[in-house]
Amino acid sequence: MPHDHHDHLSPSGHPYRQDNDAPLTYFQRMEIAVRELLIEKGHLTQAEIATQIDRMDARSPANGAAVVARAWTDPDFKARLMENAGDATRDMGFDIGPLHLVAVENTADTHNMIVCTLCSCYPRNLLGLPPDWYKTRAYRSRAVREPRAVLREFGLDLPETTRIRVHDSTADMRYIVLPARPVDTDGMDEAALAKLVTRDSMIGTGLPLAPENT
Amino acid sequence: MTPSGTKVRVKAMTPPGHIRAPFYLRGKTGEIERVLGPFRNPEQLAYGLPASQKILYRVRFTMAELWGDAAENPADTLDAEIYDHWLEEA
Repeated sequence: MPHDHHDHLSPSGHPYRQDNDAPLTYFQRMEIAVRELLIEKGHLTQAEIATQIDRMDARSPANGAAVVARAWTDPDFKARLMENAGDATRDMGFDIGPLHLVAVENTADTHNMIVCTLCSCYPRNLLGLPPDWYKTRAYRSRAVREPRAVLREFGLDLPETTRIRVHDSTADMRYIVLPARPVDTDGMDEAALAKLVTRDSMIGTGLPLAPENT
Repeated sequence: MTPSGTKVRVKAMTPPGHIRAPFYLRGKTGEIERVLGPFRNPEQLAYGLPASQKILYRVRFTMAELWGDAAENPADTLDAEIYDHWLEEA
């Protein structure tokens, strides 16, 4: 399940995506019509739309990693993050807009994992676009029913004594896992620590890297 | 507003339309983990209707409650956000 891409291969072995020759769907036609009207009537420009798309594409798990590394090194920030993650991360320049963010903390005996069974809710301002598997029916249905089996497929075999808490993002909250700080990282600064924080460790389907693996 | 720690059951109703209470939680009993506050009701917002404010809760269920003997580990938990009008005291 942890594969993000389903590339086709040509007979010569090169990956390719099939041409999209099908007619536009109803909603594609509607999006184009609304966009063209907004531009024609002077509410928006093409350049503004392109800038906004660039802004969305620029969001990556590096944002979330900076938040986690700061929480590992700054106890006051961590307290604010656990109290109101939306406000704490907005202060770092990561605005979640009208949504609300909840941080859930992994400890020695608790492991958190995020899913959205209804669709694909995801903290995009901190993690960028969700991986394909996050949106699949397989992940969405199995994460709530057999989270331990799913985690094993991600290479994470947690003991029965670890309490697993699954969070189904069903309404207005978005979630980020605050992973436990890896051992043997005492001398590392915030920037070095951020490099240990993987996307999956903030979804709860992985752990941060050990320092010798970076 | 119902305080944290209260035992609640998700109403086992199946109205048509856009709803946010997942089917697998209906009729299940859990405990309010925290009160999130008032939010506009997505069941009306989804249709562009004037939406009333509903209190949103995070409700925690045990895997034993959700899946019975099929639970991998009965004490593991699942938290979900459920609106007030979907909950009844258990």
